Amino acid sequence: MAEAVAALSKKDFASDQDVRWCPGCGDYSILANVQKVMPELGIPRENFVFVSGIGCSSRFPYYMNTYGFHTIHGRAPSFATGIKASRPELSVWVVTGDGDGLSIGGNHLLHTLRRNLDLQILLFNNRVYGLTKGQYSPTSREGMKTKSSPLGVIDHPIDPLSFALGAGASFVARTVDVDARHLQEMLARAHAHRGTAFLEILQNCPVYNDGEWSEFEDKATRGSATLALVDGEPLVFGPKGARRGIRFEGGTPQVVPLADDADPRQAGIAVHDEHAPSAGYAFALTSLTRPAFPLPIGVFRAVERPTYESLLQAQVDQAVRQRGPGDLAALLASGDTWTVEG
Amino acid sequence: MGSKRVEEIQDVAIRFTGDSGDGMQLTGTKFTESTALAGNDLSTFPDFPAEIRAPAGTLAGVSGFQIHFSSHDIRTPADAPDVLVAFNPAALRSNLGDLRPGGMLIVNSDAFTEKNLERAGYDGDPLPALHGRYRVVEIPVTRLNREALKDLSLGQREADRSKNFFCLGLMYWLYGRPVETTLQWIDAKFAGEVKEANRRTLLAGYHFGETTELFPVSYVVPKAKIEPGRYRNITGNQALAWGIVAAGVQMQRPVFLGAYPITPASDVLHELARYRHFGVKTFQAEDEIAAAAAAVGASYAGMLAVCTTSGPGFVLKQEALNLAVMVELPLVVVDIQRGGPSTGLPTKVEQGDLLLALHGRNSDSPVPVIAAATPGDCFYSALEAFRIAVKHMTPVVLLSDGYLANSAEPWRIPDVETLLRAPVSFRSDPSGFKPYARDEENLARPWAIPGTPGLEHRVGGLEKEDVTGNVSYSPTNHERMTRLRAEKVARIVNDIPPVEVNGSPRGEVLVVGWGGTHGAITSAVEDLRAAGHDVSSIHLRHLNPFPANLGEVLRGFRQVLVAELNLGHLASLLRAQFLVPAESLTKVQGQPFKVGEIKARVEALLGRAARREA
Repeated sequence: MAEAVAALSKKDFASDQDVRWCPGCGDYSILANVQKVMPELGIPRENFVFVSGIGCSSRFPYYMNTYGFHTIHGRAPSFATGIKASRPELSVWVVTGDGDGLSIGGNHLLHTLRRNLDLQILLFNNRVYGLTKGQYSPTSREGMKTKSSPLGVIDHPIDPLSFALGAGASFVARTVDVDARHLQEMLARAHAHRGTAFLEILQNCPVYNDGEWSEFEDKATRGSATLALVDGEPLVFGPKGARRGIRFEGGTPQVVPLADDADPRQAGIAVHDEHAPSAGYAFALTSLTRPAFPLPIGVFRAVERPTYESLLQAQVDQAVRQRGPGDLAALLASGDTWTVEG
Repeated sequence: MGSKRVEEIQDVAIRFTGDSGDGMQLTGTKFTESTALAGNDLSTFPDFPAEIRAPAGTLAGVSGFQIHFSSHDIRTPADAPDVLVAFNPAALRSNLGDLRPGGMLIVNSDAFTEKNLERAGYDGDPLPALHGRYRVVEIPVTRLNREALKDLSLGQREADRSKNFFCLGLMYWLYGRPVETTLQWIDAKFAGEVKEANRRTLLAGYHFGETTELFPVSYVVPKAKIEPGRYRNITGNQALAWGIVAAGVQMQRPVFLGAYPITPASDVLHELARYRHFGVKTFQAEDEIAAAAAAVGASYAGMLAVCTTSGPGFVLKQEALNLAVMVELPLVVVDIQRGGPSTGLPTKVEQGDLLLALHGRNSDSPVPVIAAATPGDCFYSALEAFRIAVKHMTPVVLLSDGYLANSAEPWRIPDVETLLRAPVSFRSDPSGFKPYARDEENLARPWAIPGTPGLEHRVGGLEKEDVTGNVSYSPTNHERMTRLRAEKVARIVNDIPPVEVNGSPRGEVLVVGWGGTHGAITSAVEDLRAAGHDVSSIHLRHLNPFPANLGEVLRGFRQVLVAELNLGHLASLLRAQFLVPAESLTKVQGQPFKVGEIKARVEALLGRAARREA
């Protein structure tokens, strides 16, 4: 299929619309990296569809020179479901945010993840409502002071990845807006996964929640503040001279110092397994939070199960095989009928 | 045996009533099938509670099924039954008031126990007092059924579940219906002892009729003289589902149904889920919102998209419907109306959603609205809704109701060749493509679906710039687009037929109706015209836009009466749009109009006219 596709470049994926996010917004980096990855996927441009809800992130489709549908607050997964279930050959990408996807759209996100349509869901998490000018979101930290929480947030926040795992997502990953290499890799992985790929992208809102993720974005701190997950590799992080690893003692994670020449496996450091049959391990990874632990980035979980649209299409194909293509006249005359003579 | 007198009658209405666990809907449905095969015209009205199994023997659990059949053309299930079959005291108590004076009352006397009488709120046995007023026939159905099944190994509870078939067999004898089709159905549906029990007790009931002295006469209702053709029974929901399938076939695009279970619309989902071999994809969503959103997504991807729901679900679908208005994509949303507000009366009929269909969305958001008139018409209304949606690139609301949904009538099976064929065509030429460039005549924009090279474009809920479809906040553009959206829907008037007047085109009283009240209104007006009164009627299928000649028709009458099952939705629209002094006949009891109710009101208007003349 790839050879049939005319060679495209990043430029081919930029629409003619002026990008209107605030200066310094993390969305710029995400857009640039998505446009960079698209031509490498071997898919004709006309087969890409970007679907979004409402919010800053949801303006995304307007800037992609593909098919795009800017829909309703929270409902993008449902529109995408209708598109993908109808036309499985399309490459459907959902762009949403923490408010859009996890607050008003929590129900749709949950059910879309469990159905496992072959979609990519990019959730830009900036822990604040930007487009409505600075209210707290369902991922905002407790105590955070915003326009709608002048005395501090009293809601307990939701973790997007735990939510996705709980919904039975077959692919769950996390990356950072300005970490171009990692972001590109995660986009490619999400696309390669057959099933719903849920990718949380930590994204900075320079206006209403600036610096929320700075220790993961800043190259100086990134190495010790994050734990890059690599399938089959031990959970090791930190620079030379300050290497550390994660060990699970009776299910409880611990940070263990590692000498530079130590074998992490010998030291009982957990080895990452994206394909673990139980989601329990991936859940345990989501409990690694700052400041006690490094924040894991990468693919938490990637397991295979049939996609909704392929099962639906299989029912159609099987019905046609078993009953023949639908015959309207035969349907209308089926069952008990009688004739009135003239 | 065999020596009983057979009397010919032209018309009879029977109501089967019992506990919701007594199988009354099944009994009614089977009687309806046999009646259709016997060649009568018929109309049915199933009326059941929202509770699946209310406490046995209580008023809350009473379920009823009325069938009206005749040797001539009929349009309603009849105002008052001639025969009431009551399986228990609660059924008697809640239905006796409707029985025609002097009518026949058949009761299962075994069910008139002290306990059941008490559950129904009777102080004592009501039957003795009824003998003077009705032809009361007391039959120990429970015992006769047990007797018929005594050498089977079924337990008593299981055996008792067959007793509705005893009664069905008896009614088959009483009205000269054939038993064969029901026996065939039992053979196909049941197995083993249960099959044998149902067969035996059906025949036992039939033979009981022949031998008992309780019925000195049986009746025959001659075949009706109806238009030649091949017929079947059909309910509104089945016709609607088949109309949706037919739209896919005739327009040569697969159907996508987004739905969430809701009474009384779920049967359409059930029915369509069986037609995968037609390429129909049904999607049971997590909620009404997702069902509508998925349907809009499917339409965006080029499917014939439809949602089926009822009032409370229709409210939740307004958001997605509004987006479909903005992005100008075809979509059919079917609202099978039920009593409201809120959860209201889930299993009962009302026409309270007309203004919601027209005005239930934020801002000026015009959608065409059409309504089905009869169960069979649901088929053609579905085709019409898709025709308008695709040709004019707009969402369309199709209104049905709880009465049409479940009622059955004989339906002449259409010749598929005569149905409109309108294959969908998508935009494929990239040269000069503009997402919001419009057809000069009907203002429809092109349908350009993903996967088409060179047509990559963005749509969404933000205001569109005229022609390009880019996001625009320009004040003048917004006004232009708002007017364009309205004008596009208004121009559909050029694509729909004028309304036809039943009766004289001018005169004293015009009765205006829409939706499932067609049968009652037409029957009332025809009765009055037959009696020499100056009355006509019109029935509106297209409620937005209205047919082009509607104003002229309304102005041709001195008095206009709008009959509808709400507090006056259509009446207020007609007054506002045509400045006619339309009066309202309204009813919100969860029940269809009786013919007599409409006649009484028209007679009052005619009386007023007579006084004016005097």
